[in-house]
Amino acid sequence: MATGATKPFGLFRNMSAKIAAIPMIFAAMVVFFGGTIWTVVYSFTDSKLLPRTNWVGFEQYERLWGTNRWLISIENLMIYGVCSLFFSLVIGFLLAALLDQKIRFENTFRTIFLYPFALSFIVTGLIWQWLLNPEFGIQSIIRDLGWTSFAFDPLYNQDIVIYGVLVAGLWQGTGLIMVLMLAGLRGIDQDIWKASRVDGIPSWKTYLFIVIPMMRPVFITTLVIIASGIVKVFDLVVAQTSGGPGIASEVPAKFVYDTMFLRQNLGQGFAASTMMLLAVLIVIIPWAYLEFGGKKRG
Amino acid sequence: MKTLASLLTATALTATSAQAVDLEVTHWWTSGGEAAAVAEFAKAFTEGTDNTWVDGAIAGGGGTARPVMISRITGGDPMGATQFNHGQQALELVEAGLMLDLTDVAEAEGWKDLVNPSSLLDSCTVDGRIYCVPVNIHSPQWIWLSNGAYEKVGLPVPTNWDEFVASGPALREAGIVPLAMGNQAWQSNLAFDAMAVAIAGPDAWVDVVSNKNVELARGDVYAKVFQAAADARSLREGSNVQDWNQATNMVITGEAGGQIMGDWAQGEFAVAEKVAGEDYTCLPGLGVNEVISTGGDAFYFPKNDDPAIEAAQKELASVMMSKAVQVAFNLKKGSLPVRGDVDLSAANDCMKKGLAILAAGNILPGLDQSLSPDAVGQIEDLMTEFWASESITAEDAQSRYADIIESAG
Amino acid sequence: MVDATHFDGAHGPKPTRAFSRRNIFLYGTLIVVAFYYLIPLYVMVVTSLKGMPEIRMGNIFAPPVEITFEPWVKAWSEACTGLNCDGLSRGFWNSVRITVPSVLVSILIASVNGYALANWRFKGADVFFTILIFGAFIPYQVMLYPMVILLREMGIYGTLTGLVVVHTIFGMPILTLLFRNYFTSLPEELFKAARVDGAGFWGIYFQIMLPMSLPIFVVAMILQVTGIWNDFLFGVVYTKPDIYPMTVQLNNIVNSVQGVKEYNVNMAATILTGLVPLTIYFVSGRLFVRGIAAGAVKG
Repeated sequence: MATGATKPFGLFRNMSAKIAAIPMIFAAMVVFFGGTIWTVVYSFTDSKLLPRTNWVGFEQYERLWGTNRWLISIENLMIYGVCSLFFSLVIGFLLAALLDQKIRFENTFRTIFLYPFALSFIVTGLIWQWLLNPEFGIQSIIRDLGWTSFAFDPLYNQDIVIYGVLVAGLWQGTGLIMVLMLAGLRGIDQDIWKASRVDGIPSWKTYLFIVIPMMRPVFITTLVIIASGIVKVFDLVVAQTSGGPGIASEVPAKFVYDTMFLRQNLGQGFAASTMMLLAVLIVIIPWAYLEFGGKKRG
Repeated sequence: MKTLASLLTATALTATSAQAVDLEVTHWWTSGGEAAAVAEFAKAFTEGTDNTWVDGAIAGGGGTARPVMISRITGGDPMGATQFNHGQQALELVEAGLMLDLTDVAEAEGWKDLVNPSSLLDSCTVDGRIYCVPVNIHSPQWIWLSNGAYEKVGLPVPTNWDEFVASGPALREAGIVPLAMGNQAWQSNLAFDAMAVAIAGPDAWVDVVSNKNVELARGDVYAKVFQAAADARSLREGSNVQDWNQATNMVITGEAGGQIMGDWAQGEFAVAEKVAGEDYTCLPGLGVNEVISTGGDAFYFPKNDDPAIEAAQKELASVMMSKAVQVAFNLKKGSLPVRGDVDLSAANDCMKKGLAILAAGNILPGLDQSLSPDAVGQIEDLMTEFWASESITAEDAQSRYADIIESAG
Repeated sequence: MVDATHFDGAHGPKPTRAFSRRNIFLYGTLIVVAFYYLIPLYVMVVTSLKGMPEIRMGNIFAPPVEITFEPWVKAWSEACTGLNCDGLSRGFWNSVRITVPSVLVSILIASVNGYALANWRFKGADVFFTILIFGAFIPYQVMLYPMVILLREMGIYGTLTGLVVVHTIFGMPILTLLFRNYFTSLPEELFKAARVDGAGFWGIYFQIMLPMSLPIFVVAMILQVTGIWNDFLFGVVYTKPDIYPMTVQLNNIVNSVQGVKEYNVNMAATILTGLVPLTIYFVSGRLFVRGIAAGAVKG
């Protein structure tokens, strides 16, 4: 472990590390920690447009969980989250595995898969809103080809609209996951492949039972990136569906934003944020335990 | 030494004579008609005073713009002036002392006597002081009909809501969407409110939104409104647009038979060079109860330390209220002027209808004046859900609506 | 380049004959998937070159009958928001002015943080780091209000400095994670040898760590340029019109519907806004993969 400075060199040397870490400590304590506490505290008030300390106990939370739109937001986030996590990992890994087959034009393919990541969610939402428009998008093209009963209009169908958002989200994000996975695959020792080939193990088995377990760190980084993206999904929905049709594609981040700034009900918005932060904590704490507490890394 | 002294005097001079201020004005008026209207303000301010209008338009409607405005005001970097719908939206900012008191300007110019109806100025008044300039009167309870669409199906243009509903099937058969409606939340609410005023009547509506009469909201009168709205859901099928003016455009092109929208829709017809009475027909109060509510837009002036800016802010306030500007602005915007003493002979058919109703005193308070943004937001959620999905019955929607009214009261 | 060099070769099973079933399957799949990724770009480009009448008539996949650059000109210099009719051009330099300092400052700070976390761990560092990672999950909308207050108290609300600070703070979690992982993966002997030679914190950072860290700096740069260039929320909330970035203008153009939506202008504006990050991806994609390999793999 590279803790050269802690014990033998004492406080003095370590001071520069601490000074160098001031921006991080500031961001962590003042902004993220402080901001979170501030949010939690004010979620127990009836703040409207401006924060004020008029305590109302758990009233905001009671109302929150009685609000249909919040429940729909949570449900959507679950569906979006699970699907997004699953498909990002699977598609990302499969694409990476395909690219890892000593193919020609690897650079070209990789660039094609990755370029959407350079575009913002706003742009992604707009373009997919257009492609999925039933009047001139994919549906009308396929109908023009002769299959007149073909129906694919997720953005105008309450039951499947969230999958329309998912398609766009995957288009934008899977490229990065693929690159992460590809990087992981490139980090696997050649000898493993040689050995498994000598033993006559089929390559899918090698991937599943040997390679993937070896890529644990990559999967962890990938999970952090995907999961943080899921919780934050906002722009995409705003640009693609504005939460519609009806309120069928609302998500929590949008609920928070709308409640705080549109409805001018900060207290309610803070209560919703607190619930989101609580959910994140439930994910983060086990991760931190695994990363720092569970085992001593050498 | 001498040069330095003269230099100092020179700078001091320029500093004091620097009356000309670039005043940043934020608003969310970006559609064709709206932009044309706001240009009238800018022209009058920039040409009529030493100052310059710096346009800070933020597109995407009040929903996108208001967070930015509020953040900047509370963040201590306020703009020179900003649009809000008056009523309760900016109330807390005023109470927190973040807005400039305009009472001296208002008293000097006698706004109290000018502004008609006086309730507009009341909405700007907190503890007897005036904090905003109402610039127009908007009434949301209108339906806009495409004469072309009705010509195509060979029916007379409806004169009230019932006739419109009856014409639905014929329009549908001709491939015309009977009712155009965008997907923004406020549009769903606007359509419902207009129907409530038409069907339940203005008195009942005021009783529910202002006096929070829950019994009434749960009762049979409102049940009729919700049933009518549920029936109207099928009329809007096929209007796959997002923004209100896209829906208006469907009426302009005859793709749709009609749209329930506020009188600001006129601005869009005007930009498309359509003539009221010939190309399109407007029915205030959906042709049933001819009333208009007196909501509208207002400008607030965030407090500023710089006296030069404050002077410019007051100048702008007075420009916005002046006769000529009121006429020019409202003609473009398609709204009614806030002063009773201006000559609107240039107004078109629809505006004249509005003026006549205003003169007769058939006025309702605006929704923003009656309910908090929070309650309006909850109702908007409900209405968006309701208009978009057949799965919510009229009864469900009614009971949830009444619950919101109850908790708001 | 300790780690970066041996990441280049593919590791899968050796390829067989050129037209084997395996190859047909492999390339077939890749080409089909490539279509899914390319179609939106194709539609954007094609649409931006059509006139509005053609868009209304035709299907979105058809190539333009008559190529027009009108939408591009309009998007760049003529499209209106409110009274300002100068398109995206106004925002371009603002975006550059915002992006360059934000990227430099955020990377510098995050790299030093990562270095301190990897090589000079002090008591409590893990706690701060965990909170930082927690920060990566906080939706920006939640932090909007506390940040307004913070910036106000610091007296930098509405300034370029304020925006740089905001981007630095919100870029910190992921960047610090990347740098920390990268520096941890460097051979410890190097660090120890330098310590024995008497080099201090900054000495080792500048003389040993920096020169070895090109790939991870490229990754950080790409992530930050993309993120900051594409940012809309902070740009609109924490600045004022004279320094609004390009994305704010893009939003304004796309949302300022005047009658009908001008899809061609919207698409041209969209591509123009995306050009900077896209170019960076196309030019440095290879380095990006290398850097990711070096930074993300080692936990």
